[in-house]
Amino acid sequence: MIICPTFTEAVRSNAMSISVDEVKKIAHLARLGLDEQEAQGYADSLSQILGLIEQMNAVDTTGVSPMAHPLDMHLRLREDAPTESDQREKFQKVAPSTEAGLYLVPRVIE
Amino acid sequence: MYRKTVAELASALATKAVSSTELTQLYLDRISAHQELNAFITVDADNALAAAKVADTRLAKGDAGALTGVPMAHKDIFCTDGVLTTCGSRMLSEFVSPYNATVVEKLHDAGMVMLGKTNMDEFAMGSSNETSFFGPVKNPWDTTLVPGGSSGGSAAAVAARLTPMATGTDTGGSIRQPAALCGITGLKPSYGRVSRFGMIAFASSLDQAGPMTQTAEDAALLLNAMAGFDSRDSTSAQEEVPDFSSQLGHDIKGLKIGLPKEFFGEGLSADVDKAIQAALDEYKKLGAEVVEVSLPNSSLAIPCYYVLAPAEASSNLSRYDGVRYGYRASEYTDLVEMYERTRAEGFGAEVKRRIMIGTYALSAGYYDAYYLKAQQLRRLIAEDFKRAFEQCDVIMGPTAPSTAFALGDKSEDPVAMYLNDIYTISVNLAGLPGMSVPAGFDGNGRPIGLQLIGQYFDEARLLQLAHQYQQVTDWHQQLPEEVA
Repeated sequence: MIICPTFTEAVRSNAMSISVDEVKKIAHLARLGLDEQEAQGYADSLSQILGLIEQMNAVDTTGVSPMAHPLDMHLRLREDAPTESDQREKFQKVAPSTEAGLYLVPRVIE
Repeated sequence: MYRKTVAELASALATKAVSSTELTQLYLDRISAHQELNAFITVDADNALAAAKVADTRLAKGDAGALTGVPMAHKDIFCTDGVLTTCGSRMLSEFVSPYNATVVEKLHDAGMVMLGKTNMDEFAMGSSNETSFFGPVKNPWDTTLVPGGSSGGSAAAVAARLTPMATGTDTGGSIRQPAALCGITGLKPSYGRVSRFGMIAFASSLDQAGPMTQTAEDAALLLNAMAGFDSRDSTSAQEEVPDFSSQLGHDIKGLKIGLPKEFFGEGLSADVDKAIQAALDEYKKLGAEVVEVSLPNSSLAIPCYYVLAPAEASSNLSRYDGVRYGYRASEYTDLVEMYERTRAEGFGAEVKRRIMIGTYALSAGYYDAYYLKAQQLRRLIAEDFKRAFEQCDVIMGPTAPSTAFALGDKSEDPVAMYLNDIYTISVNLAGLPGMSVPAGFDGNGRPIGLQLIGQYFDEARLLQLAHQYQQVTDWHQQLPEEVA
């Protein structure tokens, strides 16, 4: 069994590296603001985590069908009938900014 | 009175030995006397006392169920109508939910009294409760130690008897690992057994709610109230729900316990190993048979999980955009900057790490190497269990590789933290039910958990095995000195 100290070191020694620029690109895709110093920190920790993930390559999975869900279930269908009542006011009470039943965001069309 | 189990409290209420109002006040007082544990994010004394009054009326009228009037606490991941629901995050630090989770509704309908909401790792991402925006929870056995996570507040609260039971959720070990580290009983049911509706999503193909209690008997009572099909959860299992208490008293003669040899190798602390062997000896005395089984792909469960769970999380957490609910940054010039600042300020470091790992794994060019590969491994891991269960009725082993560690010890080292869940994660990947029960203490007096893993929807078997063990041991009755 590969575990704790040895496992961790093995992971570190063959750590895949991920660059600061890649981190910035991923952060933008995920809409996460990062400053320069944070980007460096995440480059280090994400590289370590990717190193851990690379352990997956130890097993040949050719021909194995991917498992998306533990019960291999299909989504249920239901009657096309209303199940919810209108609770707009209640739900909008927790929104940061609303007006006339609409959610307000910064102007997107000039 | 505070040392009593849910079952004992229910019978004290039924015989009018105590009222729900008295019990509720007793636990509220204990919560306020042990604030240093930081186990609660919200204590809802007014509503609790009002609910206790309603319960007392029902009890007086003879209109009470098995759990009416018994106090409890919810992990702060469950939406509670009109009550702060933070998920341990700044993002939801002022979010008052406009609706109830199904689990909340069910336990409320059963007449239970909610004392408050327990602390947790942010969005349930963590194994030490140190990622909470509301600060770490302390382990009642030694306040310099972590309680485990992510349901650390629930585990600490039950261990210190600040509540007779609490709910938890388990995506990779978040019920079982803190239960082990705090010396309580924790059950993660089969995937789909308990509704996920209103349970704030982390990784939707893995998340499952369950009870955290003092005993297996209590876990059975609580699962009876929590389980069942729910049309509002698209992956809710359409399985018959048995009476989980009915099998508790059956003897376990002839049952086969499978020991995965991979769970007893390098990395397992000697004290934990010894306690697990001693627990197995008890099971043999009770008439069970022990056989060796193999889960050859179990060492890949952590790498596999750290692709799948972050991938699902990156998608689930995209909903926090500062538009419809939750935190919004105060300064921005346009919409994209509003999203980026809101999410930068609203999420903590571990949540951001996992969102980024997930985004990376799902991005064009990497999907096959990471996400697809992980899904294939998930199949292999699930098939390992299937083969093992051809040889045994239940699988047992340690819940965690070591006992509780010091606060701050691993918080700067994500990979070391992830390895805490080495024995629990594969159970979530397969979707099986798993349980942790107290099985002794290490040389420093820190609790050790025995893990039981069952076949799909066979929670009754796990509960029976745990209950029978608790009839011949008293680990589950021991209490930290500080709070006794």
